Amino acid sequence: MSTLKILVIDDEPGIRSGVSRILKNFRVDYPFMEEAFDFETYEASTGEAGIEIIDKNQPDIVLLDNKLPGIQGVEVLEYIRKKQLNIIVVMITSYASLELAVKVTSVGAYDFIPKPFTPQELKSSIENITKRVFLRKMTNKLQDTGKQIRFQFLSVLSHELKAPLNSIEGYLRMIKERSSGPSLESYDFAVDRMLERIKGMRTLILDLLDLTKVESGKSKRDVKELNLFDIARTAIDTMRPYSIQRDIRLNLHGLDPVKVNADSEEMEIIFNNLISNAIKYNKEGGSVDCTVRENEHYIEILVEDTGIGINQEDLNKIFDDFVRIKSEKTRNITGTGLGLAIVKKLVDNYQGKIEVTSQPDQGSKFSVRLPIDKPCL
Amino acid sequence: MNKQNKTILLVDDDQDYLYLLKSKIESFGYQTLLAESQKEAEELIEKSKPDLAILDLMMENEDSGFILCYKIKKKFPELPIIIATGVAAETGITFDINDENNRKWIKADRFLEKGIRSEKLKEEIEKLLLKI
Repeated sequence: MSTLKILVIDDEPGIRSGVSRILKNFRVDYPFMEEAFDFETYEASTGEAGIEIIDKNQPDIVLLDNKLPGIQGVEVLEYIRKKQLNIIVVMITSYASLELAVKVTSVGAYDFIPKPFTPQELKSSIENITKRVFLRKMTNKLQDTGKQIRFQFLSVLSHELKAPLNSIEGYLRMIKERSSGPSLESYDFAVDRMLERIKGMRTLILDLLDLTKVESGKSKRDVKELNLFDIARTAIDTMRPYSIQRDIRLNLHGLDPVKVNADSEEMEIIFNNLISNAIKYNKEGGSVDCTVRENEHYIEILVEDTGIGINQEDLNKIFDDFVRIKSEKTRNITGTGLGLAIVKKLVDNYQGKIEVTSQPDQGSKFSVRLPIDKPCL
Repeated sequence: MNKQNKTILLVDDDQDYLYLLKSKIESFGYQTLLAESQKEAEELIEKSKPDLAILDLMMENEDSGFILCYKIKKKFPELPIIIATGVAAETGITFDINDENNRKWIKADRFLEKGIRSEKLKEEIEKLLLKI
């Protein structure tokens, strides 16, 4: 039996005590999975008080009224989002048709319960959400590629593919309608931008192919003993022209050879992604230091750069699919947001660990540790 | 109505889409203010007050447009806001912002598809600007 913590934030005392009463003896069972949940409720009459409880007690689910005396529900939501808390937020609202908007707003992040609700309605909502919490826990555990995740991935992917197409179409229309005037030069910009977007789509397709390789990994993997140092050297040689173009020094450190049992293509993907990122997000005249070393427990790949760095709050998102950190410093850097996600999945397959430390404006340091005695999954 | 004096805030994280939209809006005769993120837009409205805003929905977060809309309306309740999105066409989900209840929550005045025709966009902007 697990207990889920539910926080009710509503200024109406009747709603709060009602929820607590209804959920007190409520249980959700998943007999096939040998799992059952009961609930512990917390109450807050304002958003401010709610945030305090959120910080102190880390609820799994928050039932949130939008209309509150102090800060509004939306602001509590934003607080949760900003801190990237693993909380499912359910809006309690008198506006029943809000559902559609909320559904669009998120892909599984929150839900809503119309007010007033009957005990049965509350219970069935909570049952659904519990299912989601449960699935989320299972997914984390099993690295499951269930339908939910697949759906989310595909909808983001279609967005990523559609955006460049929309832009290209827009520029082509502009050219066709001659809406920038008669001079041909004024259309060069449009052509350059179109070429750039096409390049981006091509990279995205290459990354997707890598991702497919990773996800179908088990069957196609060819694990044998190889020298990781050789792979690092090849990756660096491949990147050399790019780094020269950007005036960045590439250095390789460590004692050759470093033997490992792995699939060489997968190791190449790890090095290529980490090193190309280290060049891409670097500053002109900077450097990239790649180290391959081992001790009795693990092999370590370190890739250190002198680039723009990553903000603390962004650090834990960068390994997710399609995440790109948007800022003034990155706006002219293209990427798909898949590179690090691919690396992370690969490292997980080898039961390894990837970590990053970073100082904004000074640089980032990525460390991949692959255990020596554990086989890959 | 003198269009030259009307400024429209455009917010979109896709710099190409933003550029194309800017060209389009300027060809209608309006001035533009540009932002590439929710954050940038928030900073902009601290300093200036546009006459209308067109916001992308998915930016830093998938609901940045909603949050930004909420914040702009809090500061300038009368400012008309259009949320432009590609979402509906992708998921088949449509939202009905003309519904009184939805408007209370999201507070956007219009939801428009990103692929909307120029004349239609122009017409929507004119309609919203006439109201104020």
